Amino acid sequence: MAHTHKSNWELIKNGMFSENTIFRMAISLCPSIAVTNSLKNGFFMGVSVIFVQTMVNLTVSLIRNFINPKIRIPIFMMVIAGYVSLIDMSMAAFARPVYKQIGLYVQLIVAFASIFARAEVFAVKNKIIPSVADGLGMGIGFFLAMIVISFFRELLGKGALWGFPIVSGNPLLIMILPAGGFFAVGILMGFFNWVDMKMAARKASAETTG
Amino acid sequence: MSTDVKNQQFIVSVSPHVRDEESIARIMWTVNFSLLPAFIMAVYYFGPKAVYVTGLCILTAVLSERIFQKGMNKKVTSTDGSAFLTGLLLGMNLPPNVPFYIPIVGSFVAIIITKMLFGGLGYNIFNPALIGRAFLLLTWPKLMTKWHEPTAQFLGLDAKTTATPLGILKEEGLTKLIEHFGDKASLYKSLLFGSTAGSLGETSAIALLIGAAILFYKKYITWHIPFSFLATVALTAWIFGGKGGLFTGDPVIHLLSGGMMLGAFFMATDYVTCPTIRKGQIIFGIGCGAITMLIRLKGGFPEGVMFAILLMNCFAPLIDRNVKPKQFGAVKEKKK
Repeated sequence: MAHTHKSNWELIKNGMFSENTIFRMAISLCPSIAVTNSLKNGFFMGVSVIFVQTMVNLTVSLIRNFINPKIRIPIFMMVIAGYVSLIDMSMAAFARPVYKQIGLYVQLIVAFASIFARAEVFAVKNKIIPSVADGLGMGIGFFLAMIVISFFRELLGKGALWGFPIVSGNPLLIMILPAGGFFAVGILMGFFNWVDMKMAARKASAETTG
Repeated sequence: MSTDVKNQQFIVSVSPHVRDEESIARIMWTVNFSLLPAFIMAVYYFGPKAVYVTGLCILTAVLSERIFQKGMNKKVTSTDGSAFLTGLLLGMNLPPNVPFYIPIVGSFVAIIITKMLFGGLGYNIFNPALIGRAFLLLTWPKLMTKWHEPTAQFLGLDAKTTATPLGILKEEGLTKLIEHFGDKASLYKSLLFGSTAGSLGETSAIALLIGAAILFYKKYITWHIPFSFLATVALTAWIFGGKGGLFTGDPVIHLLSGGMMLGAFFMATDYVTCPTIRKGQIIFGIGCGAITMLIRLKGGFPEGVMFAILLMNCFAPLIDRNVKPKQFGAVKEKKK
Protein backbone atom coordinates (compact mmCIF):
# COMPACT_ATOMS: atom_id res chain seq x y z
CA MET A 1 0.00 0.00 0.00
CA ALA A 2 1.23 3.43 -0.89
CA HIS A 3 1.61 5.40 2.28
CA THR A 4 1.98 9.10 2.03
CA HIS A 5 5.26 10.74 2.99
CA LYS A 6 3.92 14.22 3.34
CA SER A 7 3.51 15.93 6.68
CA ASN A 8 0.03 16.68 7.94
CA TRP A 9 0.35 20.38 7.24
CA GLU A 10 1.44 19.63 3.68
CA LEU A 11 -1.61 17.43 3.26
CA ILE A 12 -3.94 20.18 4.40
CA LYS A 13 -2.27 22.71 2.11
CA ASN A 14 -2.42 20.22 -0.75
CA GLY A 15 -6.20 19.98 -0.48
CA MET A 16 -6.61 23.70 -0.09
CA PHE A 17 -4.51 24.87 -3.01
CA SER A 18 -2.61 22.52 -5.32
CA GLU A 19 -5.42 19.94 -5.51
CA ASN A 20 -8.37 22.24 -4.87
CA THR A 21 -11.53 20.30 -5.66
CA ILE A 22 -13.14 22.95 -7.82
CA PHE A 23 -10.42 25.17 -9.25
CA ARG A 24 -7.81 22.44 -9.81
CA MET A 25 -9.54 19.08 -10.16
CA ALA A 26 -12.74 20.57 -11.62
CA ILE A 27 -14.91 17.97 -9.86
CA SER A 28 -18.08 18.52 -7.81
CA LEU A 29 -18.92 21.47 -10.03
CA CYS A 30 -22.68 20.90 -9.72
CA PRO A 31 -22.99 22.37 -6.19
CA SER A 32 -20.44 25.06 -7.00
CA ILE A 33 -22.92 26.42 -9.52
CA ALA A 34 -26.22 25.48 -7.89
CA VAL A 35 -25.82 26.73 -4.32
CA THR A 36 -23.37 29.61 -4.65
CA ASN A 37 -25.94 32.28 -5.43
CA SER A 38 -25.60 33.68 -1.94
CA LEU A 39 -22.76 33.76 0.56
CA LYS A 40 -24.90 32.15 3.24
CA ASN A 41 -25.76 29.12 1.10
CA GLY A 42 -22.16 28.74 0.01
CA PHE A 43 -20.96 28.93 3.60
CA PHE A 44 -23.33 26.25 4.90
CA MET A 45 -22.60 23.98 1.96
CA GLY A 46 -18.88 24.37 2.53
CA VAL A 47 -19.20 23.60 6.24
CA SER A 48 -21.26 20.48 5.49
CA VAL A 49 -18.64 19.24 3.07
CA ILE A 50 -15.76 19.87 5.52
CA PHE A 51 -17.62 17.78 8.10
CA VAL A 52 -18.55 14.93 5.76
CA GLN A 53 -15.16 14.78 4.06
CA THR A 54 -13.21 14.68 7.34
CA MET A 55 -15.48 12.15 9.03
CA VAL A 56 -15.60 9.88 5.98
CA ASN A 57 -11.82 9.87 5.71
CA LEU A 58 -11.54 9.14 9.43
CA THR A 59 -14.01 6.25 9.34
CA VAL A 60 -12.70 4.69 6.15
CA SER A 61 -9.16 4.90 7.48
CA LEU A 62 -10.26 3.26 10.73
CA ILE A 63 -11.86 0.28 9.05
CA ARG A 64 -9.43 0.08 6.11
CA ASN A 65 -8.00 -3.27 7.19
CA PHE A 66 -11.42 -4.91 7.33
CA ILE A 67 -12.71 -3.78 3.93
CA ASN A 68 -12.72 -6.43 1.25
CA PRO A 69 -11.53 -4.61 -1.89
CA LYS A 70 -14.27 -6.25 -3.93
CA ILE A 71 -17.06 -4.54 -2.02
CA ARG A 72 -15.28 -1.32 -1.06
CA ILE A 73 -17.55 0.93 -3.14
CA PRO A 74 -20.81 -0.01 -1.33
CA ILE A 75 -19.00 0.31 1.98
CA PHE A 76 -17.77 3.83 1.16
CA MET A 77 -21.25 4.65 -0.02
CA MET A 78 -22.82 3.61 3.28
CA VAL A 79 -20.25 5.50 5.33
CA ILE A 80 -20.79 8.66 3.26
CA ALA A 81 -24.58 8.27 3.36
CA GLY A 82 -24.48 7.92 7.14
CA TYR A 83 -22.65 11.19 7.64
CA VAL A 84 -24.71 12.98 5.03
CA SER A 85 -27.92 11.92 6.81
CA LEU A 86 -26.45 13.24 10.03
CA ILE A 87 -25.69 16.69 8.61
CA ASP A 88 -28.94 16.72 6.63
CA MET A 89 -31.03 16.12 9.73
CA SER A 90 -29.10 18.55 11.90
CA MET A 91 -29.39 21.26 9.28
CA ALA A 92 -33.11 20.60 8.94
CA ALA A 93 -33.44 20.96 12.69
CA PHE A 94 -31.20 23.96 13.40
CA ALA A 95 -30.90 25.97 10.17
CA ARG A 96 -34.37 25.73 8.73
CA PRO A 97 -34.37 28.70 6.28
CA VAL A 98 -31.05 27.73 4.71
CA TYR A 99 -32.07 24.09 4.57
CA LYS A 100 -35.15 25.01 2.56
CA GLN A 101 -32.90 26.44 -0.15
CA ILE A 102 -29.98 24.04 -0.26
CA GLY A 103 -31.48 20.92 1.33
CA LEU A 104 -31.54 18.98 -1.91
CA TYR A 105 -27.87 19.68 -2.54
CA VAL A 106 -26.91 18.72 0.98
CA GLN A 107 -28.45 15.31 0.33
CA LEU A 108 -26.54 15.18 -2.93
CA ILE A 109 -23.25 15.29 -1.04
CA VAL A 110 -23.64 11.47 -1.07
CA ALA A 111 -22.77 11.48 -4.74
CA PHE A 112 -19.91 13.99 -4.64
CA ALA A 113 -16.98 12.82 -6.71
CA SER A 114 -14.52 14.60 -4.45
CA ILE A 115 -15.53 12.78 -1.26
CA PHE A 116 -15.61 9.42 -2.95
CA ALA A 117 -12.29 10.04 -4.64
CA ARG A 118 -10.49 10.90 -1.40
CA ALA A 119 -11.85 7.80 0.31
CA GLU A 120 -10.71 5.65 -2.59
CA VAL A 121 -7.28 7.14 -3.34
CA PHE A 122 -6.25 8.28 0.12
CA ALA A 123 -8.10 7.20 3.23
CA VAL A 124 -8.26 3.51 2.41
CA LYS A 125 -4.46 3.39 2.06
CA ASN A 126 -3.31 5.62 4.91
CA LYS A 127 -3.25 5.86 8.68
CA ILE A 128 -5.83 7.81 10.62
CA ILE A 129 -4.03 11.10 11.28
CA PRO A 130 -2.90 11.73 7.68
CA SER A 131 -6.38 10.73 6.46
CA VAL A 132 -8.04 13.25 8.73
CA ALA A 133 -5.54 15.91 7.59
CA ASP A 134 -6.25 15.11 3.98
CA GLY A 135 -10.01 15.21 4.49
CA LEU A 136 -9.75 18.47 6.38
CA GLY A 137 -7.61 20.00 3.63
CA MET A 138 -9.93 18.87 0.86
CA GLY A 139 -12.97 20.09 2.77
CA ILE A 140 -11.41 23.48 3.49
CA GLY A 141 -10.36 23.77 -0.15
CA PHE A 142 -13.96 23.18 -1.21
CA PHE A 143 -15.19 25.58 1.46
CA LEU A 144 -12.84 28.35 0.29
CA ALA A 145 -13.89 27.84 -3.32
CA MET A 146 -17.57 28.08 -2.35
CA ILE A 147 -16.92 31.25 -0.35
CA VAL A 148 -15.01 32.94 -3.17
CA ILE A 149 -17.59 32.03 -5.83
CA SER A 150 -20.62 32.92 -3.74
CA PHE A 151 -18.99 36.16 -2.54
CA PHE A 152 -18.66 37.44 -6.10
CA ARG A 153 -22.02 36.09 -7.23
CA GLU A 154 -24.02 37.61 -4.39
CA LEU A 155 -22.13 40.90 -4.53
CA LEU A 156 -22.55 41.29 -8.28
CA GLY A 157 -25.97 39.66 -8.60
CA LYS A 158 -27.80 41.20 -5.66
CA GLY A 159 -25.46 43.93 -4.47
CA ALA A 160 -25.57 42.28 -1.07
CA LEU A 161 -23.51 40.04 1.20
CA TRP A 162 -25.00 37.48 3.62
CA GLY A 163 -28.35 39.03 2.84
CA PHE A 164 -27.36 42.59 3.81
CA PRO A 165 -27.51 45.11 0.98
CA ILE A 166 -24.15 46.75 0.31
CA VAL A 167 -24.41 48.62 -2.97
CA SER A 168 -27.55 50.05 -4.45
CA GLY A 169 -28.43 50.40 -8.11
CA ASN A 170 -29.09 47.87 -10.81
CA PRO A 171 -27.17 44.70 -9.98
CA LEU A 172 -26.11 42.16 -12.61
CA LEU A 173 -29.08 39.82 -12.20
CA ILE A 174 -27.45 37.20 -14.40
CA MET A 175 -24.85 36.45 -11.74
CA ILE A 176 -27.38 34.77 -9.44
CA LEU A 177 -28.88 32.78 -12.32
CA PRO A 178 -27.26 29.45 -13.27
CA ALA A 179 -25.58 31.08 -16.29
CA GLY A 180 -23.77 33.45 -13.95
CA GLY A 181 -22.49 30.47 -11.97
CA PHE A 182 -20.72 29.21 -15.07
CA PHE A 183 -19.30 32.67 -15.71
CA ALA A 184 -18.04 32.98 -12.14
CA VAL A 185 -16.50 29.49 -11.94
CA GLY A 186 -14.90 29.77 -15.38
CA ILE A 187 -13.41 33.20 -14.85
CA LEU A 188 -12.15 32.39 -11.34
CA MET A 189 -10.64 29.12 -12.58
CA GLY A 190 -8.87 31.02 -15.33
CA PHE A 191 -7.68 33.61 -12.83
CA PHE A 192 -6.22 31.00 -10.47
CA ASN A 193 -4.50 29.24 -13.38
CA TRP A 194 -2.99 32.56 -14.38
CA VAL A 195 -1.76 33.20 -10.82
CA ASP A 196 -0.28 29.71 -10.79
CA MET A 197 1.54 30.29 -14.06
CA LYS A 198 2.97 33.57 -12.79
CA MET A 199 4.14 31.92 -9.57
CA ALA A 200 5.70 29.00 -11.44
CA ALA A 201 7.48 31.40 -13.78
CA ARG A 202 8.83 33.41 -10.86
CA LYS A 203 10.02 30.24 -9.15
CA ALA A 204 11.76 29.07 -12.31
CA SER A 205 13.50 32.40 -12.90
CA ALA A 206 14.57 32.52 -9.24
CA GLU A 207 16.10 29.07 -9.59
CA THR A 208 18.02 29.90 -12.75
CA THR A 209 19.38 33.18 -11.45
CA GLY A 210 20.03 31.98 -7.91
CA MET B 1 24.36 25.53 -67.18
CA SER B 2 24.78 23.44 -64.12
CA THR B 3 26.23 26.32 -62.13
CA ASP B 4 23.29 28.50 -63.16
CA VAL B 5 20.81 26.10 -61.66
CA LYS B 6 22.87 25.83 -58.55
CA ASN B 7 22.92 29.59 -58.02
CA GLN B 8 19.31 30.18 -58.81
CA GLN B 9 17.03 30.39 -55.80
CA PHE B 10 13.77 28.56 -56.13
CA ILE B 11 10.92 29.51 -53.88
CA VAL B 12 9.05 26.48 -52.68
CA SER B 13 5.73 27.06 -50.97
CA VAL B 14 2.51 25.20 -50.31
CA SER B 15 -0.77 26.15 -51.94
CA PRO B 16 -2.66 28.48 -52.33
CA HIS B 17 -0.47 30.21 -54.92
CA VAL B 18 -3.02 32.54 -56.40
CA ARG B 19 -4.64 34.93 -53.96
CA ASP B 20 -7.75 37.04 -54.27
CA GLU B 21 -8.11 40.65 -53.31
CA GLU B 22 -10.49 39.69 -50.50
CA SER B 23 -9.33 39.94 -46.93
CA ILE B 24 -10.97 39.77 -43.52
CA ALA B 25 -10.84 43.55 -43.20
CA ARG B 26 -12.42 44.08 -46.60
CA ILE B 27 -15.28 41.65 -45.94
CA MET B 28 -15.92 43.07 -42.48
CA TRP B 29 -16.00 46.68 -43.65
CA THR B 30 -18.35 45.74 -46.49
CA VAL B 31 -20.70 44.08 -44.01
CA ASN B 32 -20.49 47.20 -41.87
CA PHE B 33 -21.34 49.27 -44.90
CA SER B 34 -24.28 47.03 -45.77
CA LEU B 35 -25.78 47.80 -42.36
CA LEU B 36 -25.75 51.50 -43.18
CA PRO B 37 -29.32 51.62 -44.59
CA ALA B 38 -30.69 50.04 -41.43
CA PHE B 39 -28.65 52.44 -39.33
CA ILE B 40 -29.98 55.42 -41.27
CA MET B 41 -33.53 54.20 -40.66
CA ALA B 42 -32.72 53.79 -36.97
CA VAL B 43 -31.53 57.40 -36.79
CA TYR B 44 -34.57 58.53 -38.75
CA TYR B 45 -37.02 56.80 -36.41
CA PHE B 46 -35.27 57.00 -33.05
CA GLY B 47 -33.21 60.17 -33.35
CA PRO B 48 -29.82 60.95 -31.83
CA LYS B 49 -30.28 58.19 -29.24
CA ALA B 50 -29.56 55.67 -32.00
CA VAL B 51 -26.19 57.28 -32.76
CA TYR B 52 -25.40 57.52 -29.07
CA VAL B 53 -26.18 53.88 -28.19
CA THR B 54 -24.59 52.39 -31.31
CA GLY B 55 -21.55 54.63 -31.05
CA LEU B 56 -20.98 53.66 -27.45
CA CYS B 57 -21.21 49.98 -28.40
CA ILE B 58 -18.72 50.32 -31.25
CA LEU B 59 -16.30 52.41 -29.21
CA THR B 60 -16.28 49.94 -26.32
CA ALA B 61 -15.96 46.95 -28.64
CA VAL B 62 -12.99 48.31 -30.58
CA LEU B 63 -11.26 49.71 -27.49
CA SER B 64 -11.65 46.56 -25.41
CA GLU B 65 -10.30 44.41 -28.25
CA ARG B 66 -7.34 46.75 -28.62
CA ILE B 67 -6.56 46.88 -24.91
CA PHE B 68 -6.88 43.10 -24.52
CA GLN B 69 -4.57 42.39 -27.46
CA LYS B 70 -2.04 44.97 -26.30
CA GLY B 71 -2.13 43.63 -22.76
CA MET B 72 -1.73 40.02 -23.88
CA ASN B 73 1.09 40.89 -26.31
CA LYS B 74 -0.97 39.67 -29.27
CA LYS B 75 -1.13 41.11 -32.73
CA VAL B 76 -3.50 44.09 -32.60
CA THR B 77 -6.31 43.52 -35.09
CA SER B 78 -8.86 45.96 -33.76
CA THR B 79 -8.95 47.91 -37.03
CA ASP B 80 -10.01 44.98 -39.23
CA GLY B 81 -13.66 45.86 -38.74
CA SER B 82 -14.76 42.72 -36.91
CA ALA B 83 -14.90 44.40 -33.50
CA PHE B 84 -16.60 47.35 -35.18
CA LEU B 85 -19.16 44.94 -36.66
CA THR B 86 -19.79 43.27 -33.31
CA GLY B 87 -20.37 46.66 -31.72
CA LEU B 88 -22.61 47.80 -34.54
CA LEU B 89 -24.72 44.63 -34.45
CA LEU B 90 -25.03 44.81 -30.68
CA GLY B 91 -26.07 48.45 -30.86
CA MET B 92 -28.72 47.62 -33.43
CA ASN B 93 -30.04 44.93 -31.07
CA LEU B 94 -30.57 47.25 -28.12
CA PRO B 95 -33.70 49.24 -27.27
CA PRO B 96 -33.33 52.96 -27.99
CA ASN B 97 -33.64 54.19 -24.45
CA VAL B 98 -30.99 52.42 -22.41
CA PRO B 99 -28.69 53.87 -19.74
CA PHE B 100 -25.07 54.37 -20.78
CA TYR B 101 -23.68 51.33 -18.96
CA ILE B 102 -25.76 48.83 -20.92
CA PRO B 103 -23.92 49.26 -24.25
CA ILE B 104 -20.57 49.31 -22.44
CA VAL B 105 -21.16 46.11 -20.44
CA GLY B 106 -22.70 44.37 -23.46
CA SER B 107 -19.78 45.18 -25.75
CA PHE B 108 -17.31 44.17 -23.08
CA VAL B 109 -18.97 40.75 -22.62
CA ALA B 110 -19.26 40.30 -26.38
CA ILE B 111 -15.62 41.07 -27.15
CA ILE B 112 -13.70 39.93 -24.09
CA ILE B 113 -15.67 36.94 -22.80
CA THR B 114 -17.18 35.60 -25.99
CA LYS B 115 -14.42 36.36 -28.47
CA MET B 116 -11.02 37.10 -26.97
CA LEU B 117 -11.08 34.53 -24.14
CA PHE B 118 -11.87 31.83 -26.69
CA GLY B 119 -8.89 32.82 -28.82
CA GLY B 120 -9.98 35.80 -30.89
CA LEU B 121 -11.57 36.13 -34.31
CA GLY B 122 -12.31 32.75 -35.85
CA TYR B 123 -12.24 30.78 -32.61
CA ASN B 124 -15.43 31.95 -30.92
CA ILE B 125 -18.15 29.34 -30.52
CA PHE B 126 -21.00 31.83 -30.27
CA ASN B 127 -21.90 34.99 -32.11
CA PRO B 128 -20.32 37.69 -29.89
CA ALA B 129 -23.00 40.35 -30.44
CA LEU B 130 -25.78 37.91 -29.56
CA ILE B 131 -24.04 36.70 -26.40
CA GLY B 132 -23.63 40.35 -25.44
CA ARG B 133 -27.33 40.89 -25.91
CA ALA B 134 -28.34 37.68 -24.14
CA PHE B 135 -26.17 38.70 -21.19
CA LEU B 136 -27.85 42.10 -21.06
CA LEU B 137 -31.36 40.67 -21.43
CA LEU B 138 -30.83 38.26 -18.53
CA THR B 139 -29.02 40.85 -16.44
CA TRP B 140 -31.34 43.81 -16.78
CA PRO B 141 -34.61 42.31 -18.08
CA LYS B 142 -36.67 45.42 -17.24
CA LEU B 143 -34.38 47.94 -18.94
CA MET B 144 -33.83 45.70 -21.94
CA THR B 145 -37.54 45.36 -22.69
CA LYS B 146 -38.52 49.00 -22.32
CA TRP B 147 -39.50 49.90 -25.86
CA HIS B 148 -40.88 53.19 -27.05
CA GLU B 149 -42.69 54.62 -30.02
CA PRO B 150 -40.46 55.36 -33.02
CA THR B 151 -40.67 59.11 -32.69
CA ALA B 152 -37.37 60.85 -33.39
CA GLN B 153 -36.46 61.65 -29.85
CA PHE B 154 -33.97 64.20 -28.63
CA LEU B 155 -31.82 63.85 -25.56
CA GLY B 156 -33.70 64.41 -22.36
CA LEU B 157 -37.12 64.06 -23.88
CA ASP B 158 -39.17 61.05 -22.85
CA ALA B 159 -41.00 59.23 -25.58
CA LYS B 160 -44.18 57.25 -25.12
CA THR B 161 -43.39 53.70 -24.10
CA THR B 162 -45.19 50.89 -25.87
CA ALA B 163 -44.86 47.19 -26.64
CA THR B 164 -43.26 45.69 -29.73
CA PRO B 165 -45.56 44.17 -32.36
CA LEU B 166 -44.50 40.70 -31.23
CA GLY B 167 -45.14 41.68 -27.62
CA ILE B 168 -48.69 42.79 -28.48
CA LEU B 169 -49.19 39.63 -30.54
CA LYS B 170 -48.09 37.50 -27.60
CA GLU B 171 -50.02 39.30 -24.87
CA GLU B 172 -53.19 40.44 -26.62
CA GLY B 173 -53.47 38.54 -29.88
CA LEU B 174 -53.64 39.32 -33.57
CA THR B 175 -56.86 41.34 -33.63
CA LYS B 176 -55.51 43.77 -31.02
CA LEU B 177 -52.30 44.11 -33.04
CA ILE B 178 -54.17 45.00 -36.21
CA GLU B 179 -56.36 47.44 -34.23
CA HIS B 180 -53.21 49.09 -32.90
CA PHE B 181 -52.03 49.93 -36.41
CA GLY B 182 -55.43 50.64 -37.97
CA ASP B 183 -55.78 47.91 -40.56
CA LYS B 184 -53.77 45.01 -41.87
CA ALA B 185 -52.20 46.89 -44.79
CA SER B 186 -50.83 49.65 -42.60
CA LEU B 187 -49.52 47.05 -40.15
CA TYR B 188 -47.55 45.40 -42.97
CA LYS B 189 -46.36 48.79 -44.14
CA SER B 190 -45.15 49.80 -40.68
CA LEU B 191 -43.33 46.50 -40.29
CA LEU B 192 -41.73 46.83 -43.70
CA PHE B 193 -40.47 50.37 -43.26
CA GLY B 194 -39.81 50.13 -39.56
CA SER B 195 -42.15 52.59 -37.89
CA THR B 196 -42.78 50.21 -35.00
CA ALA B 197 -41.33 49.87 -31.56
CA GLY B 198 -38.33 47.60 -31.26
CA SER B 199 -34.58 47.42 -31.15
CA LEU B 200 -32.75 50.16 -33.01
CA GLY B 201 -31.73 48.39 -36.18
CA GLU B 202 -34.22 45.57 -36.43
CA THR B 203 -37.48 47.36 -37.16
CA SER B 204 -36.98 48.32 -40.79
CA ALA B 205 -37.20 45.15 -42.87
CA ILE B 206 -36.66 46.91 -46.16
CA ALA B 207 -33.42 48.61 -45.12
CA LEU B 208 -32.07 45.31 -43.90
CA LEU B 209 -33.05 43.65 -47.18
CA ILE B 210 -31.12 46.31 -49.11
CA GLY B 211 -28.08 45.53 -46.95
CA ALA B 212 -28.58 41.81 -47.52
CA ALA B 213 -28.74 42.43 -51.27
CA ILE B 214 -25.27 44.00 -51.12
CA LEU B 215 -23.96 40.92 -49.31
CA PHE B 216 -25.56 38.61 -51.89
CA TYR B 217 -24.14 40.70 -54.74
CA LYS B 218 -20.64 40.49 -53.26
CA LYS B 219 -21.24 36.74 -52.65
CA TYR B 220 -20.35 37.16 -48.97
CA ILE B 221 -23.36 35.15 -47.93
CA THR B 222 -25.22 32.38 -49.73
CA TRP B 223 -28.93 31.71 -49.74
CA HIS B 224 -28.68 28.52 -47.69
CA ILE B 225 -28.93 29.82 -44.13
CA PRO B 226 -31.21 32.88 -44.54
CA PHE B 227 -33.72 31.21 -46.82
CA SER B 228 -34.01 27.95 -44.94
CA PHE B 229 -34.36 30.06 -41.77
CA LEU B 230 -37.07 32.31 -43.21
CA ALA B 231 -38.88 29.47 -44.99
CA THR B 232 -39.08 27.44 -41.80
CA VAL B 233 -40.43 30.43 -39.89
CA ALA B 234 -43.00 31.22 -42.60
CA LEU B 235 -44.15 27.61 -42.82
CA THR B 236 -44.37 27.14 -39.07
CA ALA B 237 -46.19 30.45 -38.65
CA TRP B 238 -48.66 29.53 -41.38
CA ILE B 239 -49.36 26.06 -39.99
CA PHE B 240 -49.31 26.63 -36.24
CA GLY B 241 -49.50 30.40 -35.80
CA GLY B 242 -53.25 30.87 -36.18
CA LYS B 243 -55.87 30.82 -33.46
CA GLY B 244 -58.46 29.11 -35.66
CA GLY B 245 -56.65 25.79 -36.04
CA LEU B 246 -54.00 24.61 -38.46
CA PHE B 247 -53.04 26.54 -41.61
CA THR B 248 -54.60 29.83 -40.48
CA GLY B 249 -51.51 31.67 -39.23
CA ASP B 250 -50.12 34.88 -40.71
CA PRO B 251 -46.55 34.25 -41.89
CA VAL B 252 -45.95 37.86 -43.03
CA ILE B 253 -46.13 39.31 -39.52
CA HIS B 254 -43.68 36.74 -38.19
CA LEU B 255 -41.29 37.28 -41.09
CA LEU B 256 -41.19 41.06 -40.87
CA SER B 257 -41.32 41.61 -37.12
CA GLY B 258 -38.74 41.32 -34.40
CA GLY B 259 -35.14 40.56 -35.19
CA MET B 260 -35.98 38.14 -37.98
CA MET B 261 -34.39 39.98 -40.91
CA LEU B 262 -31.38 41.16 -38.94
CA GLY B 263 -30.91 37.69 -37.48
CA ALA B 264 -31.38 35.70 -40.66
CA PHE B 265 -29.15 37.78 -42.93
CA PHE B 266 -26.53 39.27 -40.63
CA MET B 267 -26.26 37.13 -37.49
CA ALA B 268 -26.96 33.54 -38.46
CA THR B 269 -24.62 33.85 -41.44
CA ASP B 270 -21.59 34.75 -39.32
CA TYR B 271 -18.79 32.70 -40.90
CA VAL B 272 -17.26 31.57 -37.65
CA THR B 273 -20.32 30.24 -35.89
CA CYS B 274 -22.29 28.54 -38.65
CA PRO B 275 -21.59 25.22 -40.40
CA THR B 276 -19.26 25.42 -43.39
CA ILE B 277 -20.89 22.76 -45.56
CA ARG B 278 -23.92 23.83 -47.64
CA LYS B 279 -26.12 20.93 -46.57
CA GLY B 280 -25.23 21.64 -42.97
CA GLN B 281 -26.11 25.31 -43.44
CA ILE B 282 -29.61 24.33 -44.54
CA ILE B 283 -30.02 22.16 -41.44
CA PHE B 284 -28.69 25.07 -39.37
CA GLY B 285 -31.24 27.47 -40.90
CA ILE B 286 -34.12 25.07 -40.35
CA GLY B 287 -33.06 24.59 -36.73
CA CYS B 288 -32.89 28.36 -36.18
CA GLY B 289 -36.37 28.82 -37.68
CA ALA B 290 -37.93 26.00 -35.69
CA ILE B 291 -36.52 27.17 -32.35
CA THR B 292 -37.48 30.78 -33.10
CA MET B 293 -41.09 29.82 -33.73
CA LEU B 294 -41.15 27.48 -30.75
CA ILE B 295 -40.13 30.38 -28.50
CA ARG B 296 -42.44 32.88 -30.20
CA LEU B 297 -45.51 30.66 -30.07
CA LYS B 298 -45.00 28.63 -26.91
CA GLY B 299 -42.16 30.22 -24.93
CA GLY B 300 -42.09 32.91 -22.29
CA PHE B 301 -40.30 35.52 -24.41
CA PRO B 302 -42.11 37.30 -27.26
CA GLU B 303 -39.00 37.07 -29.46
CA GLY B 304 -36.79 34.03 -29.99
CA VAL B 305 -34.38 34.81 -32.85
CA MET B 306 -31.47 35.50 -30.52
CA PHE B 307 -31.79 32.32 -28.46
CA ALA B 308 -32.47 30.25 -31.58
CA ILE B 309 -29.26 31.37 -33.28
CA LEU B 310 -27.22 30.91 -30.10
CA LEU B 311 -28.61 27.42 -29.56
CA MET B 312 -27.86 26.44 -33.14
CA ASN B 313 -24.34 27.89 -32.78
CA CYS B 314 -23.72 25.09 -30.27
CA PHE B 315 -24.77 22.54 -32.85
CA ALA B 316 -22.70 23.92 -35.74
CA PRO B 317 -19.65 21.64 -35.19
CA LEU B 318 -21.92 18.63 -34.69
CA ILE B 319 -23.82 19.38 -37.91
CA ASP B 320 -20.57 19.84 -39.82
CA ARG B 321 -19.28 16.50 -38.62
CA ASN B 322 -22.37 14.63 -39.70
CA VAL B 323 -22.88 16.08 -43.18
CA LYS B 324 -19.27 15.67 -44.28
CA PRO B 325 -19.42 14.79 -47.98
CA LYS B 326 -17.95 11.51 -49.20
CA GLN B 327 -14.39 11.83 -50.44
CA PHE B 328 -14.03 11.43 -54.18
CA GLY B 329 -13.45 7.78 -54.98
CA ALA B 330 -13.89 6.63 -51.41
CA VAL B 331 -15.86 3.48 -50.76
CA LYS B 332 -18.59 3.64 -48.18
CA GLU B 333 -17.66 1.80 -45.05
CA LYS B 334 -19.78 -1.23 -44.36
CA LYS B 335 -21.65 -1.29 -41.11
CA LYS B 336 -20.64 -4.15 -38.89
